[in-house]
Amino acid sequence: MQTPELSAEEIKRYGRHLIMPEVGMEGQKKLKGSSVLLIGAGGLGSPLGLYLAAAGVGRIGIVDFDVVDYSNLQRQVLHSTKDVGRPKLASAKERLEGINPFVKIETHDMHLNSSNALDLFSRYDVIVDGTDNFPTRYLVNDACVLTGKPNVYGSIFRFEGQASVFALPDGPCYRCLYPEPPPPGLVPSCAEGGVLGILPGIIGTIQANEVVKLIIGRGEPLSGRLLLFDALKMKFRELKLRKDPHCPICGEHRTITALIDYEAFCGLQPGWDSYTREQQYEISVEELKRRLDRKDDLFILDVREPQEFEICNLHGYLIPLRDLPKRIHELDTAKEIVVHCKVGGRSRQAVEFMKQAGFRKVKNLVGGIDAWAEQIDPTMPRY
Amino acid sequence: MTTTILIPTPLRQFTNNSDSVAVEAGTVGEALASLCSKFAPLKRHLYTDDGKLRTFVNVYLNDEDIRYLQKESTPLKEKDILSIIPSIAGGKD
Repeated sequence: MQTPELSAEEIKRYGRHLIMPEVGMEGQKKLKGSSVLLIGAGGLGSPLGLYLAAAGVGRIGIVDFDVVDYSNLQRQVLHSTKDVGRPKLASAKERLEGINPFVKIETHDMHLNSSNALDLFSRYDVIVDGTDNFPTRYLVNDACVLTGKPNVYGSIFRFEGQASVFALPDGPCYRCLYPEPPPPGLVPSCAEGGVLGILPGIIGTIQANEVVKLIIGRGEPLSGRLLLFDALKMKFRELKLRKDPHCPICGEHRTITALIDYEAFCGLQPGWDSYTREQQYEISVEELKRRLDRKDDLFILDVREPQEFEICNLHGYLIPLRDLPKRIHELDTAKEIVVHCKVGGRSRQAVEFMKQAGFRKVKNLVGGIDAWAEQIDPTMPRY
Repeated sequence: MTTTILIPTPLRQFTNNSDSVAVEAGTVGEALASLCSKFAPLKRHLYTDDGKLRTFVNVYLNDEDIRYLQKESTPLKEKDILSIIPSIAGGKD
């Protein structure tokens, strides 16, 4: 690899790296000549961005489409109170350029999907997965395997974190660990289950450390190992990961040779039983928010009473539960329908009734509009 | 043979919030069956209707995936630790 020279100013800045033989001038030039793509500028992306910029990675790309929310500030240390309401990409770029003007920050305001991932990944040396949902995790994994890029993985939930490096030439990938995702609704997200604000700091810096090691080619990468961290017990554990010879994307007989529809893959699986199918008819408020932000074509059916609709609503179509049997013809079975009530009981009955009536693309909003008011929109009145 | 089973956070709601459960068992399968008999609602989360371990639930005996040992018939030794490792996805949010 052709490595760029360091200026006098850069030599001064990176002095503590340069005097260590493991990094030295050679390693620092490799860092300057390298490029890293961060998927997400949130909990994990924050420490990743800060440390990789400080370390002198030459080009850092960030994919995100969110704006900074007040509830992000508890852990997303890239963003400041004054940034609330701004796109995360804007505050991230400003902050990282402030830390190190020698780093080129490239922002990608987009939803990573099957049609743009391969092209984007091919422009970077290392990909870092700091997303918050299963469809994107499988997409990042598959795109890394297909483009031959290392996938530096981190994941957090409440007080627990996981980290690994996937998709090195001889190492396992994420699908070797988890061939299939859990059914939607089974594993709560951080928005539902909460997360200790410091946890992404710990897991994100472990990811940053692995990125730097991969670039300078030193040490033993966290490949073939799953690092587990428990913040309450303050314990690290390590499990062995093996490359699965039957893995559909990196195994000996590959059945996946191109990116697939990951929302569908993480939705209904053939062979699911009654339990997993039940999960299919549910949606969390956080998932609904994510899909509405993405402008998915969802039909919101509100089965509460008109006086409740007056207090607060999600701009849904109102049919009180008791009127549903005689008004069901007003609904379109081809549309994806999210049904809600106040806390989820009446809407569950409505979903059961609609399933009997032949509706297949219908989901109950778990926790109802009350959960929405509590977790998504605190300005909404609760009753 | 006493085996300790470590329960991950998302499944602790089914074990009275215990993060570990001690069971008497000779194999991995027996240990998981004993766990499910103590905490009946857990069973559906670990097993399919036809009694197979779910694909998104990984079980480790000490630091090794049971898929690469003798799966559920893997014998247990005194002081073995069994871990249930579910997939988690959080990070950006």
